[in-house]
Amino acid sequence: MSERAQLLLEIADDELILGWRDSEWTGIAPFLEEDVAFSSIAQNEIGHARALYELAARDLGTTADELAFDRTPDDYRCARLVELRLPSWEHTIARHHLYEEADAIRLERLRASDDSEVAGLAAKIDREEVYHRLHAQMWFDRLAREPRFTAALDELRPLAAAILDREERDGHSPELEELWEEMTMVRRSQPAGTSW
Amino acid sequence: MIYEVFRQERKGQAFQHAGSIEAPDERFADWYAREQYGRRGESTALWVVPRSAVREIDDFVDELNRNYHRVDGYPLKEKLKEARERAGTAPPRDR
Repeated sequence: MSERAQLLLEIADDELILGWRDSEWTGIAPFLEEDVAFSSIAQNEIGHARALYELAARDLGTTADELAFDRTPDDYRCARLVELRLPSWEHTIARHHLYEEADAIRLERLRASDDSEVAGLAAKIDREEVYHRLHAQMWFDRLAREPRFTAALDELRPLAAAILDREERDGHSPELEELWEEMTMVRRSQPAGTSW
Repeated sequence: MIYEVFRQERKGQAFQHAGSIEAPDERFADWYAREQYGRRGESTALWVVPRSAVREIDDFVDELNRNYHRVDGYPLKEKLKEARERAGTAPPRDR
């Protein structure tokens, strides 16, 4: 697999899996406005994943759906940080903050890439990520002195390095498998008459 | 804190009340307003106003029944029809 396809898949997998995890707050976020906001962020991340998969799919002679749903959990290249099921809001916001911080650096690098397709897509994605970063920063500023939040940050911070460093992407947490089961259930069941 | 949100659909148009949102401070209010009233391209601009800044007036005194201040005694439709008949012009077609 080309270096480019590998890189695109890593980022796409991060965004898809994080999008799924974030979407688990839909309907149960701390208050209604935040529910709408966080669900929208989740949706954006999945949208970014789709755009990245589409580019990778062209290189690999496949489709975005096949890349997103037809690989086995072991084939995913996402970082452990995005895989975790985090049923507490302080952990979720801690991950959001850590991810956005690292993702900003990653997008900055991609935008400077000689590959105009990659640079162009990164610029496009970044225009939405600006708002995600604002959102993460607001929450960070608000919770910065809350012990529960700082503890969550300390707990998750070691996992953030993998967002920027491929060497740190060493296998998956057991939670990815569970998520994969859920995420691909409908597609695998192929109800009669469906074509994707 | 409750914030009232007004939105402008097209440039130059009047802002209309869109709804209200609850947010802990102005930054959150702006973000939530953008998300709820601007994300689908339905607005060109928003006004986000703390509800406490809105002064409501709901007492209107009319002790002497000065109904000549009101416009409901002046149906325009009839007068317009007469004027058109005099001028011999047809009403504009329904658009």
